[in-house]
Amino acid sequence: MKLRIFVTLKPGVLDPQGRAIHHALGSLGFEGVDDVRAGKMFELEVADTTTDEAIDGMCRQLLANTVIENFRVERA
Amino acid sequence: MKTAVIVFPGSNCDRDLAVALEAVTGIAPAMVWHADTDLPEGLGLVAVPGGFSYGDYLRSGAIAARSPIMQAVVEQAGRGLPVLGVCNGFQVLTEAGLLPGALMRNAGLNFVCRDVALTVDTAGSAFTSRYAAGETIRVPVAHHDGNYFADAETLDRLEGEGRVAFRYGEPVNGSARDIAGILNAQRNVLGMMPHPERKIEAAHGGTDGRRLFEGVLDTIAA
Repeated sequence: MKLRIFVTLKPGVLDPQGRAIHHALGSLGFEGVDDVRAGKMFELEVADTTTDEAIDGMCRQLLANTVIENFRVERA
Repeated sequence: MKTAVIVFPGSNCDRDLAVALEAVTGIAPAMVWHADTDLPEGLGLVAVPGGFSYGDYLRSGAIAARSPIMQAVVEQAGRGLPVLGVCNGFQVLTEAGLLPGALMRNAGLNFVCRDVALTVDTAGSAFTSRYAAGETIRVPVAHHDGNYFADAETLDRLEGEGRVAFRYGEPVNGSARDIAGILNAQRNVLGMMPHPERKIEAAHGGTDGRRLFEGVLDTIAA
């Protein structure tokens, strides 16, 4: 089974990298970009028997730092 | 006093810490590899050094915090053993759950490497007992991810319980409430971004970092 795990900064957490990317898009002449938030995406190949609980544990214990980040799991 | 320095792949301030600890305690620290599962017996301090453990992969300190030796550090910290995390070591201690909050990319995006003014916020810990609350000291920083973040409730609790050890006396990295170093609730774990081990002898351009280690030594001698 393939998983895609998206890790994004929580709302309200300052994202200086997103801000720099936003600025660079403006420099390239792209108008109308209101905001940019940078995140990460992990692709995992896991056994079909992997439980939701185990996937949740992987996210909480390692892939995301839940102090600053949220995560979302997509099954491909 | 016996001390130990944890060494991860990518640590680069482990030697600086070892030299500082030997200068203050008179005994060379045990250098403990990340894959070890036990700390030496009879330690008075464990130091987690600066650097780029595991190349800062995933998040700064994230992989190091899950290494075998950190389980022993967390366990011993719970029993009251003093633990100091400097720079990447601070990041490792937050990722390991020994300290609240997280260290994010500097607000200015630049790596910051210079001496900065720090205000001692509390003298109420072994690490800060030789400083006076409100005193300003100068210690170098050298980091890219030193922007301390925690939610407002956590920040209020840290301040309310007198657990902010050091604050920046000037703009450095965008840290919430200018926090440069914090203590755990038991006050035996200190994480800080600035490098006290780089201000130990006059040849370093100052000795403001030395008292931090001497304060821990006092508690053992007492």
